[in-house]
Amino acid sequence: MSATASPAPKEQSSSGSSTDSTDLQNAVIRFAGNSQDGIQTIGAFLAKLAGRSAREVMTYMTIPSTISGGPSIFQVNLGSGEVLSPGDEADFLVAFYQHSYDNHINALRDGGVCIYDSDNVEATVNERDIQHVAIPITSTTVEALGGSTRERGKNLFVLGLVTQLFKLDHDKVVALIERQFGRKGEDVIRNARLAFDAGYAYQIGSDIVKQSYALRAGASLDKDRITTDGNTALMYGLIAGGIRYGAGYPITPWSSIMEGLRTELPKYGGLFVQAEDELGAVAMALGFSYAGHLAVTGSSGPGLSLKMEALSYAVMAELPLVVINVQRGGPSTGLPTSVEQSDLMQAIYGSHGDTPRIVLAPKNVEDCFYTAVEACQLARKYSCPVLVLTDQALATRIEAFREPNLDECLIEATLDQEPRDENFKPYPVDGDTRHAPPGTKMLGGTYPVVTGLEHDEWGHPSASPEMHARMNAKRREKIKAVAEELQLPDIFGDESGEVLLVGWGSTWGPIREATIRAREKGQSLSSLHLRHLNPLPNGLEDIFANFQHVIVVEMNDEGLYGYGQLATLLRARYCDPKIRSVCKTDGLAYKIREILDGVAEIVS
Amino acid sequence: MAAAADAPKKLTKKELSADHPTWCPGCGDFAVLASFFKVLEKLQIPHEQICTIAGIGCSSRFPYFVNGHGVHFIHGRALPLATGVSLSRPDLHVFAFGGDGDGYSIGGNHLDHAARKNVNLTYVVMDNFVYGLTKKQTSPTSPQGFKSKTDPTGAIDRPINPMKKLVSNGATFVARTHATQVKHMMEVFERAILHPGFSVVEVLSECVIFYPGAFDAGNPRKGGEFDLIDEKKWDDTPEDEARHDVTDDDAAFALASLDFPGKFGVFYEVDHPTKNQLEQRWIDASREKVKNASARELLSERFAMMK
Ligand SMILES: Cc1ncc(C[n+]2csc(CCOP(=O)(O)OP(=O)(O)O)c2C)c(N)n1
Ligand code: SF4
Ligand SMILES: [Mg+2]
Repeated sequence: MSATASPAPKEQSSSGSSTDSTDLQNAVIRFAGNSQDGIQTIGAFLAKLAGRSAREVMTYMTIPSTISGGPSIFQVNLGSGEVLSPGDEADFLVAFYQHSYDNHINALRDGGVCIYDSDNVEATVNERDIQHVAIPITSTTVEALGGSTRERGKNLFVLGLVTQLFKLDHDKVVALIERQFGRKGEDVIRNARLAFDAGYAYQIGSDIVKQSYALRAGASLDKDRITTDGNTALMYGLIAGGIRYGAGYPITPWSSIMEGLRTELPKYGGLFVQAEDELGAVAMALGFSYAGHLAVTGSSGPGLSLKMEALSYAVMAELPLVVINVQRGGPSTGLPTSVEQSDLMQAIYGSHGDTPRIVLAPKNVEDCFYTAVEACQLARKYSCPVLVLTDQALATRIEAFREPNLDECLIEATLDQEPRDENFKPYPVDGDTRHAPPGTKMLGGTYPVVTGLEHDEWGHPSASPEMHARMNAKRREKIKAVAEELQLPDIFGDESGEVLLVGWGSTWGPIREATIRAREKGQSLSSLHLRHLNPLPNGLEDIFANFQHVIVVEMNDEGLYGYGQLATLLRARYCDPKIRSVCKTDGLAYKIREILDGVAEIVS
Repeated sequence: MAAAADAPKKLTKKELSADHPTWCPGCGDFAVLASFFKVLEKLQIPHEQICTIAGIGCSSRFPYFVNGHGVHFIHGRALPLATGVSLSRPDLHVFAFGGDGDGYSIGGNHLDHAARKNVNLTYVVMDNFVYGLTKKQTSPTSPQGFKSKTDPTGAIDRPINPMKKLVSNGATFVARTHATQVKHMMEVFERAILHPGFSVVEVLSECVIFYPGAFDAGNPRKGGEFDLIDEKKWDDTPEDEARHDVTDDDAAFALASLDFPGKFGVFYEVDHPTKNQLEQRWIDASREKVKNASARELLSERFAMMK
């Protein structure tokens, strides 16, 4: 919550237009229950609603448990302005069970509201300034449904409550329910409506919460907004970028991308294959690429480790490939459902030998789409692997954003079978590699072999030291050339000052919000976000020169020498001791407070 | 004679030869290459449609010696790469080549899955019962007792049985031949190439440096016996009863259980739909379902659902 956007009933609306409701700019609601309660469904509804309405924007963060039946929460930041993070502290907590209450009551800010299921929960925290609202969620839902459907429908009851409480557009919510359950038949819709209506009509007894919290009308928002999660946005970005083939192996949180591609690509005439393992997956994807169809493979941490040998091959053989890493936490199996940014060094340097390659990282859900398109463009243009680092938080977070303009980003998938003349060389030392896919007629009569042995310009194996040096230089220089076409990232805040925060990936929102908050307090602090991590854009040093401190905020360990992975790279590149690190590895997204505290520790 | 000039040139060994093989003189792999050329000459596959793919090993150097589109990939992973090529390019003839270490050890899992998926391609294993390129370590087919640099007192582990492995994994064409028997090798290659689906030929191909004499027992010129499988002719004669039914996996298993050098020829051959066909059927149905919509239309529709 930013200081200006508090929903506390105490801070009354500045637009006196609504008389009986507290006018909010945004509200952070945390739902805590078990995964089988379908609380993710509430989130999906609220997100869709936000996307459909020019009035509210929102983002939410899920922390699902992979084990069905385990505790599960998600948090929604409903807002009518720019919503940058799921929020540090909740303004509202909806607790379905005692463990939900016990584990999450501390996430509620002082003055916040806790709605709990009085059938299951005993409110025990009395010493804090919290408004407790007891609602028999379970029994009221069972009653509403005629007692037949056991405990199903509690999520829709709560959705009704939230719709009532925040004066959301009732008709739109109903339309969404009908669309969502339409295919499942009349009975299902009827039960869903019964539960929802019961929540919507429920008489909330508490005086404090009697007034509802209407969300303030948002400023000029686009009408053509779509609502989706990061993995889905990325998947459609790949398709828009002209990807029609790929291969993968399941692993959380990457799986939903491969499941989506497996289902979607045949509609586009393409194919995604579930391989026997990640080694097979990357090899198959390289087979598709070699065959002339730019392909994708992807995974999360452990799977990326398995792909590294083949990625070294892709660099050497100069085959284009898009590689997705939906990062999760920790080494080894680590924390499969937590977020971390600890695969940056692996992405850049994880293969054996000198393997210059392109590494990109989207900053939010919308950017997942555009980064995927860009990855496709770069892979084709430079005939090399392009790694995209997203993470668990981006994968599952839902955001609303402007519908992509396909006129600007759609790339046709083509197969280049133009006959090659007698001068064709697969590996020209001074030119770009443009492979002749199999099926291409070679007019000179000589057919190319794509190879991972060091080679001469024709692809013949060559152990000549001079050739290795020249080819290494070729592969290096082409990646350096990428930097020349990259724009410097915008500076958020002043172009000079005391502190510059530097981030990459999903920390974009929290860093931006931290910047806003620090500046409101009069601090001289700006921020910059890198989407291109290898190569880095040229000219960062000129920006850094205008700040006294350059503080890199990332979700990885400070390492043996006290610096996170991007900070280590920037220090190596610019030899600048004022580049410092704020790091953490608790598996959770950054809270604004954590960033500001980290900065204060360095700057003071 | 303008028309003749435009017609595709007849494919001969001359067009098909590339770099002179780097194999040791006498290496069994030479004969495999020569037989491959002869079969290609016979079948007259359009030159640009020939695609050879290999992993790493002496035998896996094969693509450099064939003048055709080729990939020299990484150790053990030729089959998944070839799968990608085969599935996305029905116009091509995809061949994978490699050794026993490449195919049965580091690439063993890929072989199992390429076989069960019945990917349409032809895979030739040049089995020399040893690691040649890395200079005499035990291979997954080295017989127990074989002295190598990693088993100085003789191989301890039991070797795998490639024919059993292939049949049980679902390969739809499984044959075995001997690199000294060129005529047989050609016959088997031709059948493998013409077979729709995953066809594998296990070739006993001697490494004259690190395992000389390994396959003499199957070579009549060295006093051995090249014992051919007598396939059923389906002629309703009493003799036919005893002949081998290539569609019977139990019979294939029985053949694979014979003591070395065993029998040569086609162990197993069945007609099952290929992964290529099954996936294409799904693609066609999906395209039909979306009424052959363009990518733009499909994406716009999807975005509309996200509103
Ligand atoms: C990942 C990896 N591990 C090990 C090697 C080393 N290596 C290359 S070829 C080979 C074994 C080759 O044996 P085989 O496949 O039987 O081929 P042959 O040389 O006998 O024809 C090994 C272990 C490698 N290239 N890559
Ligand atoms: S080492 Fe053996 S397998 Fe390798 S080329 Fe020489 S003879 Fe052939
Ligand atoms: Mg071998």
